[in-house]
Amino acid sequence: MNRQPIVDLSPPVSDEIRKTTCYMCACRCGINVHLKQGQVAYIEGNRDHPVNKGVLCAKGSAGIMQHLSPARLRKPLKRVGPRGSGEFTEIEWEEALTLATSWLKPLRDTAPEKLAFFTGRDQSQSFTSWWAQSYGTPNYAAHGGFCSVNMAAAGIYTMGGAFWEFGQPDWERTKLFMIFGVAEDHDSNPIKMGLGKLKERGARVIAVNPVRTGYNAIADDWLAVTPGTDGLLILALVHELFRLGKIDLDYLIRYTNAPFLVNAAEGAEKGLFLRDGTGTPLVLDRRTGKPAPWNAPGVQPDPAAEWQGHSTVLRLMAARYLDPAHAPEAVAERCGIPAGRIRAVAAEIARVAFEEEITLNQPWTDFRGQRHETMVGRPVSFHAMRGISAHSNGFQTCRALHMLQILLGSVETPGGYRFKPPYPKPPEAHPRPHAGVTPGQPLDGPHLGYPLGPEHLLINDDGSAKRIDKAFTWENPLSAHGLMHMVISNAHAGDPYKIDTLFLYMANMAWNSSMNTAQVMQMLTDTNDSGGYVIPHIIYSDSYSSEMVAFSDLVLPDTTYLERHDCISLLDRPICEPDAMADAIRWPVVEPDRDVRGFQSVLLDLGVRLGLPGMVREDGSARYRDYADYMTNHERRPGVGPLAGWRGDGTGEGRGAPNPDQIQRYIYNGGFFTSHVPHGAQFFKPWNAAYQEWIVARGLVDAPMPYLFNLYVEPLRRFQLAAEGHGERQPPEHLRDRIKQTLDPLPLWYPPFGDTLSDPAEYPLHALTQRPAAMYHSWGSQNAWLRQIHGMNPLFVPRKLWEEHGFAEGDWAWLTSPHGRIKLPVARMDALNPHTVWTWNAIGKRRGAWALDPKAPEAEKGFLLNHLISELLPEKGDGQRWSNSDPVTGQAAWFDLRVRIEKAPAHGPSEPALPPQTSPVGEGPATVCRQTGVKA
Amino acid sequence: MTALPPPSAVKLGLVIDLDTCVGCHACVVSCKGWNTENYGAPLSDTDAYGADPSGTFLNRVHSYEVTPDLGAPVTVHFPKSCLHCEDAPCVPVCPTGASYKRAEDGIVLVNEDACIGCGLCAWACPYGARELDAMAGVMKKCTLCVDRIYNDNLPEEDREPACVRTCPAGARHFGDLGDPDSDVSQLVLARGGMDLMPELGTRPVNKYLPPRPRDTLQEPPANLAALCEPTPQALTGFLGWVDRTLSRF
Repeated sequence: MNRQPIVDLSPPVSDEIRKTTCYMCACRCGINVHLKQGQVAYIEGNRDHPVNKGVLCAKGSAGIMQHLSPARLRKPLKRVGPRGSGEFTEIEWEEALTLATSWLKPLRDTAPEKLAFFTGRDQSQSFTSWWAQSYGTPNYAAHGGFCSVNMAAAGIYTMGGAFWEFGQPDWERTKLFMIFGVAEDHDSNPIKMGLGKLKERGARVIAVNPVRTGYNAIADDWLAVTPGTDGLLILALVHELFRLGKIDLDYLIRYTNAPFLVNAAEGAEKGLFLRDGTGTPLVLDRRTGKPAPWNAPGVQPDPAAEWQGHSTVLRLMAARYLDPAHAPEAVAERCGIPAGRIRAVAAEIARVAFEEEITLNQPWTDFRGQRHETMVGRPVSFHAMRGISAHSNGFQTCRALHMLQILLGSVETPGGYRFKPPYPKPPEAHPRPHAGVTPGQPLDGPHLGYPLGPEHLLINDDGSAKRIDKAFTWENPLSAHGLMHMVISNAHAGDPYKIDTLFLYMANMAWNSSMNTAQVMQMLTDTNDSGGYVIPHIIYSDSYSSEMVAFSDLVLPDTTYLERHDCISLLDRPICEPDAMADAIRWPVVEPDRDVRGFQSVLLDLGVRLGLPGMVREDGSARYRDYADYMTNHERRPGVGPLAGWRGDGTGEGRGAPNPDQIQRYIYNGGFFTSHVPHGAQFFKPWNAAYQEWIVARGLVDAPMPYLFNLYVEPLRRFQLAAEGHGERQPPEHLRDRIKQTLDPLPLWYPPFGDTLSDPAEYPLHALTQRPAAMYHSWGSQNAWLRQIHGMNPLFVPRKLWEEHGFAEGDWAWLTSPHGRIKLPVARMDALNPHTVWTWNAIGKRRGAWALDPKAPEAEKGFLLNHLISELLPEKGDGQRWSNSDPVTGQAAWFDLRVRIEKAPAHGPSEPALPPQTSPVGEGPATVCRQTGVKA
Repeated sequence: MTALPPPSAVKLGLVIDLDTCVGCHACVVSCKGWNTENYGAPLSDTDAYGADPSGTFLNRVHSYEVTPDLGAPVTVHFPKSCLHCEDAPCVPVCPTGASYKRAEDGIVLVNEDACIGCGLCAWACPYGARELDAMAGVMKKCTLCVDRIYNDNLPEEDREPACVRTCPAGARHFGDLGDPDSDVSQLVLARGGMDLMPELGTRPVNKYLPPRPRDTLQEPPANLAALCEPTPQALTGFLGWVDRTLSRF
């Protein structure tokens, strides 16, 4: 036998570990960055971090290749060729910032609204919105309008929070977990970790999704729902729970507006709550048989009362959802799920909720002052994402899901869904939207917020929109995240007005982040009679040579995520856990080797050049040296700043004076800060006196704000009343019927607009995209490792359709929507709803982008469904072209898409085959073979 | 020609839970990252940004569909790397002795200094678990992170393969499958862990835990009525249920 070679079993791992926050997607996991000889050698998960507890996904581990990407921009770029060509000259920063200032300064002094500043996957929205507010333009938002505003807004209005950063299942205790429309992206590692825990203890997972991949593949039960019908399915489950008497009546009486009396009298108050003289909603007190304020001491509300013709919310709900129209048999065919199966799922939900009740021996005191000796929970939890929210009926479908959770009494109870600080926060605790412009002055308040009635719409006296994206108008009154997807088309059309400068950050609007991509590219390059561009100036900041770069006049190169400061702030979208408030930083674990600057520091520099309030001292000098200085020293309210940890003398949590050592303390602690919720405050958060006190002490709010869940959302009713002719502010005639139908104060289902306007015979199929687990939107294709996992994206075709069309492996197809036709490669997939085709999102690339070879499979075989989706629906009988958005929030209705498929000649490239852009950074190297510190 | 050592008492290996694996490729990339920096030549990528990128990976995830005659099709994510077979066919075929199985723990390794890149071992492996690195010209394979699991420079909790440490769903388990009392052996016992292609007689150390039965919720329980109050079929029935329930508060 040969002697075994000697293997070095204990090689040195690295010289140093620096702990920061991942940015390979939006989950914000903690990472250990191993350095050798000052270079990044290896990235792994941080075991101490609250989000990922040591694990890391494919994207996170591949971060090193993103950091070393050949597509990294190197220096500011000024356009020299026509827009879209990608022809630039490199310029110095001083020239770049002087040029930007020369465009922005005159606008601010005369018409600040002519700047539209929109950010994409921005994780500094509390900062970028502050900048935009200080500048004075009303035209600011991030990407929520085409991502998940339906989910967020429906959650806030219903119960003060939604899924993901708002809250999560009680992974330790839940016994039944049901997911709707969840792909493998959000919230990636925490959900995988949670699923692992459920699997370990044999808890049941039920997945509702047309596609059985990822989480849906490991679910115990898969319901292959037909796209757009999730709401119908949820309301059938609700029907069953009402029919079986399996709702938590005690919970509904204590914690929701179920017992509120709703005014039934005709007139301007119809459908609003009956109120006493002080404006307090009334319930019917069982002790007296008379109305009483809901919060009167000792009141015992009758949840199903009828008093003088006025019914309670719960009675209205029972009447609506017990209707046979909501029975499983009535919806089975449309949902694509047999009635018996719907009943089986409902029965299982009911069984687990009510027969596997959890009791924790943990006393707590509610906001009424009543002490409870235990915490009782119903261990059923839910999660949902874009599959239900990216439809034109998404808001109401998300509402329906939240209603289902609340009916079970599982929200904020052990085993159910749990809020994470700073949530829960009801709509009243959020700001209202603002658009008051004064040249040379800041905006009159925050851009985005939660309207409570027509009085909060951002419209002029003639009904026209104040914002370029028409957010907060009658077309989509509750557009709490803005409508980034409408900005370019509205600006191009000059409707509601023309703009001068489009300023984008980290938003690939010339490609995968726009509907109607090819036409958006035309809009960006379109010229007016005098030969100038219709949108005169475009400034863009990105780290990489994306498709959007080619359409910009001035490119401000950002750093990679390992070269920058960032704060994952409690003022924004924090990384809290149900049991802890938490925030985190990024810091430059290595310095850039290119002439690039962190965008937030650049924005502060521009702010100084523009003299923006808050960014300059009285003498005009910079208040903040850079973004790190802002993170430490900015105070949004006295004692409350971007970072919550180690304030004041280093002991302050949430509140305290700025601490010059704060960032260093974060670095010592691994890049994050946590403060744990006390045991007695961990559940029943909206009503738990100890929790309310705890968040006040930490500056998350300034006063306790207990509230009831809104099964019935009164603000929606106020818009309906306007549509019925009541009130000063009236919607345009053509929107009245739609508002009456869709802004219903109780959840309802209606067919997605795409379904009703596309001829189902001509366009019989639904078409969807999902994000894969190993690729985050357009960023991933420049990553030499990740592109070997997802280098092209076939259209997955269900078996029956595959056979009908005689497809074979390697075939190509035409896919046609009412809006356009594209050519793409097909692949068979059986575990798929039979009326649905789908593909991976944002794999397709424009030739010349991302430092890839123009013959890269991302361009030759990859494709975007975006080309088939218009931001406007086809014209209907009334001659109007309606926005392809949810009528409540304006969320882009990507998933309403209807198509037909035909066999195409069996060869590429995928079409449209758009002309290449010139790469300002060249092409990547032929080979990658790198060991840190060793020459290849 | 290399001889296999006598069977070791310690048989280090992986147990991979196909009921839990979501196919996210976290293990694939974590492996790529660690093994590019460690054990021998880096794992290279040719045409990395080009038309036909091709790189060396020691672990890959394959996805399969199983379409039964009755019932819904199932998607199975199947991570695959070297199984560290007890009768490893890749070892005896090696003409230089580069391919070997460690006597003390059963890990199958390639001594890159002695590897001539002839590819016989990859040809002999029925699992396709070896990849010849295009740049280095040597055979690469899963080392079970032999340079992590005994590494004194790592905290004790990190002395496990990179793929196990990173797996978000906890679908990968590492341990001594030669010890019947180990956690991994107990897991295999409890969940009916299986060999991959046992008919080949390679006796893999790595085990796979099969997916549990799917889609069992098809009809409501027959005794549903007994579980419930008298059914409030319509609003009046519901109001009666509310009254009865309230009377119990």
